[in-house]
Amino acid sequence: MTAAYEGVPGLVETVEAHGETTLVVDPARVVEACLHLRDAHGFNFLSDLTPTDYLGWGSSGVAGYIGTSAGRDLHAPGSQGLARVPDPKPKRFAVNYHLLRLSDGPVRVRVQAWIDDGEELDTMIPVWPTADWFEREAWDMFGIAFRGHPNLVRILMDDDWEGHPLRKDYPIGGEPVRFSGEE
Amino acid sequence: MPVIERAARIYEGSRIPSPIPTVLQVDPAKNALEDILTINFGPNHPSTHGVLRLVVDLDGEHVAGIAAVIGYLHTGFEKTMERKTWWKCITYPERIDYVSFQVNELAFVLAIEKLLALEVPQKATWMRMCLSEMTRIHSHLVWLGTSALELGAISMFWYTFDDRDATLDLFEMVAGTRMHTRYFQAGGLAEDIPEGFYAQAREWCKTMPKAIDEYEAILDRNAIWLKRTKGIGLLSADDAIALGQSGPVLRASGVDWDLRKNMPYLAYDEVAFDVPVYPEGDVYARYKVHMDEMRQSVRIVSQCLDRLEELRGEPWIANDRKVVLPPREELHTSMESLIHHFKIVTEGYTVPEGEIYQCVESPRGEFGVYVVSDGGPKPWRVKFRAPSFVALQATATCMTDAAVADMIAIVGSLDGVMGEVDR
Repeated sequence: MTAAYEGVPGLVETVEAHGETTLVVDPARVVEACLHLRDAHGFNFLSDLTPTDYLGWGSSGVAGYIGTSAGRDLHAPGSQGLARVPDPKPKRFAVNYHLLRLSDGPVRVRVQAWIDDGEELDTMIPVWPTADWFEREAWDMFGIAFRGHPNLVRILMDDDWEGHPLRKDYPIGGEPVRFSGEE
Repeated sequence: MPVIERAARIYEGSRIPSPIPTVLQVDPAKNALEDILTINFGPNHPSTHGVLRLVVDLDGEHVAGIAAVIGYLHTGFEKTMERKTWWKCITYPERIDYVSFQVNELAFVLAIEKLLALEVPQKATWMRMCLSEMTRIHSHLVWLGTSALELGAISMFWYTFDDRDATLDLFEMVAGTRMHTRYFQAGGLAEDIPEGFYAQAREWCKTMPKAIDEYEAILDRNAIWLKRTKGIGLLSADDAIALGQSGPVLRASGVDWDLRKNMPYLAYDEVAFDVPVYPEGDVYARYKVHMDEMRQSVRIVSQCLDRLEELRGEPWIANDRKVVLPPREELHTSMESLIHHFKIVTEGYTVPEGEIYQCVESPRGEFGVYVVSDGGPKPWRVKFRAPSFVALQATATCMTDAAVADMIAIVGSLDGVMGEVDR
């Protein structure tokens, strides 16, 4: 199963977890890798494309039922820490491409590329046109730019919105109420 | 760039507009630019199924260019869920797509269970299937009523909403609320199935196929309906796959693909049903797929009821006190139950570290949930793969060579629910 993906260009590692296969690939070669998966492995369908922001991953520390050296934050009920510190992540953002082989032997695979803030990826539109809005959403929500995207503008937020709401350092609450026609 | 050139092969013979796959641009070779009138269709227009805005370039009656603009109903569900415990998050997916609430809830609950490696009792599995199929019918009825209404068949709306009400009565009986029931919990169901449910659901199974026949009798021989749906909004199988289409839109383009059949979850491999496929790829084919699917769903519901009646008296939720709320009556007698109840409600349960992409066949297609857990009581990241978000990407392709009146039929047939599109 795992060995089946050895020929994928730019493959860094293959992770099997919870019955799902994740192929971590070099961000510079992600389009090449996906094209190979499409043409040589029959993954003809892009189900989903979504980034995750791992800023502050594992920083809430260990707590819970058992007290730790740092103690528990009694002022923030429900914000308890973790039973164990999760495995560190290589970079801030993971961009996940969920691929599907839509045929008689259906298989799903996740292609994952790790990037830091400011790094760019190549657009996936030539491989799967459905990547268009997904990439615009990723840009809108996370500020991840896709090189070669013909129309990389905001999709869900207003055109003149500041910031990228799904980033972990974007605050929640307190947005000013906007009215049409105001300066 | 050789990689891009090799990739571009998918555009050959395709109707997908280029360079932007979701925007149909005016072609100066076909349309004189001085004749083009650009108008805003929506966001507040009764036939856009909510707040969809289409920027249309018209050349007389013909659509020369079109771009769909979304985001008017963006509510930040995904951001909000990062701040809620897993337990409280279950209510959110239901509100994203407010006509297929049970199915969305199911996808999220299945994702939690997969990360927790939680065993779910048989009864819960079958009841989930039963309610998912009822939700599918509920959603298709709303679709049929509103789409027909937009094309002038106003009576359809009253008939379908009457039968939709009967479906909601069943939800109310089971969960206490008509919509957004929060009946599925991580581990099973919130409550046991009420005794009167079986009889009323059987009655529903008898009346529903007759109602579907009547709808078809109204529409299938209606010359206006046929004229306005046949051969309109064409989408080929290759284009549909390249554009990530799923559900009825994909099956109406001749692709035999249904997650319930091809990648079964719950117990869909144990029930008998057919997957309707129509090769035409037009609005009429999408309508036929919806109609046939409702009949198949009734078939599945009655098989579920057979099975559920055998499972009377069985448990409906997993016996795992770290995740599942203890029975209400125990709270008065057992201190441990009270502690567990308090812990789950205040802190929530923790979900092991990991990432999951869990998808189900919603009435609109592949509804996927991508969740990341850091091992704490709240999700690190939740992303919904909304089928109607993807369906609206096909607007430009379907609208190629369309007339302005076809626009209503095409947008209706793609079945976009804006709550789900904008999340």
